[in-house]
Amino acid sequence: MTETTRAWLLSDAPQTRRQARMGALYQGWLTFRANRLAMVGLAILILLVLVAAFAPWIAPQNPYAQNLAERLKPPSAQHWLGTDALGRDILSRLIHGSRVTLFIVGTVALIAPVIGLFVGTVAGFAGGWVDQVLMRITDIFLAFPKLILALAFVAALGPGIGNAVLALAVTSWPPYARLARAETLTIRNADYIAAARLQGAGPLRLLIGHIWPLCVSSLIVRVALDMAGIILSAAGLGFLGLGAQPPMPEWGAMISDGRTYILDFWWVAAMPGMAIFIVSLAFNLLGDGLRDVLDPKGGRE
Amino acid sequence: MLTVEDLDVWFGHPPERVDAVQSASFTVPQGESFGLVGESGSGKSTILRAIAGLIDTWSGRIEVAGETIAGRHRTRTFHKTVQMVFQDPYASLHPRHSVDRVLSETLRLQGMDRVDQRITRLLDQVGLGQGFRFRYPHQLSGGQRQRVAIARALAAEPRLLLLDEPTSALDVSVQAEILNLLCDIRAERGLTYVMVSHDLAVVAHMCDRLAVMRAGRIVEQMDTARLRAAAAQSDYARALIAASTGYRRPA
Repeated sequence: MTETTRAWLLSDAPQTRRQARMGALYQGWLTFRANRLAMVGLAILILLVLVAAFAPWIAPQNPYAQNLAERLKPPSAQHWLGTDALGRDILSRLIHGSRVTLFIVGTVALIAPVIGLFVGTVAGFAGGWVDQVLMRITDIFLAFPKLILALAFVAALGPGIGNAVLALAVTSWPPYARLARAETLTIRNADYIAAARLQGAGPLRLLIGHIWPLCVSSLIVRVALDMAGIILSAAGLGFLGLGAQPPMPEWGAMISDGRTYILDFWWVAAMPGMAIFIVSLAFNLLGDGLRDVLDPKGGRE
Repeated sequence: MLTVEDLDVWFGHPPERVDAVQSASFTVPQGESFGLVGESGSGKSTILRAIAGLIDTWSGRIEVAGETIAGRHRTRTFHKTVQMVFQDPYASLHPRHSVDRVLSETLRLQGMDRVDQRITRLLDQVGLGQGFRFRYPHQLSGGQRQRVAIARALAAEPRLLLLDEPTSALDVSVQAEILNLLCDIRAERGLTYVMVSHDLAVVAHMCDRLAVMRAGRIVEQMDTARLRAAAAQSDYARALIAASTGYRRPA
């Protein structure tokens, strides 16, 4: 980047709306970049996305091709991460499985926080009986362990990856609602809300234009930190046979398959376990870095 | 311009009910600058908030520009007539909205046209140049923030400005700048001010008349000449004036 672009971005007195916005983004990027571990997390996740996008070209073999003569082979030059009980190449299955993982993570991350944000901010902003009703519903959801509730949903809807994702999304919004409500309560009586009200701003405008932008950043951080949990829950559902159905190469289901042989053929369960571990870790690191950038109470003030 | 009669404001419900303001009455004619003084917790800011519609637990009569208001709801005309500047400029600007966003949203809400030109004019008027237009609050100093808040209040072209200790969160040199700015704007636009302060010197400088409050009641009303002459009638007002002149070494 040239010096002039840099100066333009970091200018204290931006001349246009676009420059101000780009400058704020660049400031955030600088803060994020200063956190080495967060950069590692980001790098891993970018890699994951690339692997998922180019899975058919990267994978050395067909993830569904069975070869019973080659079953349960340890890692070797031909099968880098070994083969499973049906002689399928584990590396290829992991690579194709990254698509499933991204699908789960992406969908849950799109649905749950949005429900949570909506319920939480409306409850916090409206107060009174609206607050009571919405928060009691939230309490009911929170009263059940998340995985048990998801199990019940999947049992009712029928097993399958789509239903598993839906169940996870529907069961993981209550903490976001709580968070958004707590944030809203601290913002609701702020002077800048009072000032906007004095200009004649209606409740909908206050909610969307003034309260959401302040809640979103803490929600994003929370989602990034929860991603690991979501992956593990999805893996858990897969492990119990209620998530992805065979022969889909879902990481949790792959561990479940390897469980039978875990003592003699450790790699069958360990390799997908490693993959889950690395991606979960990457999301946690990313979440930490995002907190530095987005937390309005952070040191940027 | 503003008439307040028998105003009671309370918070909470009976066992823990706090009566913040009790039977306050005063009138502010068009073009006058009226001060409300008193110690912390005497209910002066509460009166402003009740007038502005930020508190709904009040009774009595409030009339603004010939229009009697009720409860918490305020009409469009009210928002165009009355605006408020808050005490703490660090809390009265949205941390994620740039100056441009604050002013343009305000102007649109007030149904103004030629938003771009108006923003330019407002910023010039409060002594901020165009260089400040796209800054965020964290890029501004306390005095600059308060100038933005004043610009926001002026955007609606109101006739009555409620000032809730507009300078108490600023340091002394900046206080003087903001006070002079407010004086100039008033002279220029013929605005009516209701100003809350615990600083008698500020009130003496800014206001024509003032009311002294204590524990939710208006103790005395007087004009600034009497304040300067320290000729208050009630004991409390005298004590307050004596306290504000500072510690004097006995001769």
